[in-house]
Amino acid sequence: MAMQANEIEALIKKALPEASVKVTDLAGDGNHYAAEVIDESFRGKNRVQQQRIVYSALKGKMDGSHGELHALALTTKVPEG
Amino acid sequence: MSDTKSIIDETIKSHDVVLYMKGTKSMPQCGFSSRVAGVLNYMEVDYQDINVLADENIRQGIKDYSDWPTIPQLYVKGEFVGGCDIITEMTMSGELDTMFDENEIKYDKDAADKIRESNA
Repeated sequence: MAMQANEIEALIKKALPEASVKVTDLAGDGNHYAAEVIDESFRGKNRVQQQRIVYSALKGKMDGSHGELHALALTTKVPEG
Repeated sequence: MSDTKSIIDETIKSHDVVLYMKGTKSMPQCGFSSRVAGVLNYMEVDYQDINVLADENIRQGIKDYSDWPTIPQLYVKGEFVGGCDIITEMTMSGELDTMFDENEIKYDKDAADKIRESNA
């Protein structure tokens, strides 16, 4: 069931190679994570569009009761400066 | 499936604010749903809660509808606004207030400020 933080990071990086990705295991149970993703491609997109990109990179992993990832708190940002 | 889609269509068009969640607004059954419902309750927003745990077709159907893989999902005036993380960010930044203002949705502005103060 559970996923490793580096697997999550790898999946996101695969879709967004230039992105800065920081994954934190919130509960230490391999099931509740927070991810912060910063990528230039988010520029000009609203949060829903940004997070859809990340979710699609994790395709299938978040799918309901059969998903390997129950909880991923997601923050998406555009690089500053 | 198209039946489910038309039920969702009907729901989000007949209520200004709809929250698809696990559990109900008075008894949420998931921390993420609870957080969004808590904000709306505290801000005294008049919204329709839909318990996806009560209907497997809706539970999957709402994800297909918005192309969004998680619950809760907030809809305002028929438009998908976001999930838990987005609503939390919008609450803290004041964007949620702005969106309610623009859509003429009533809410308690002082309560919204209070949420921001106590989480600052």
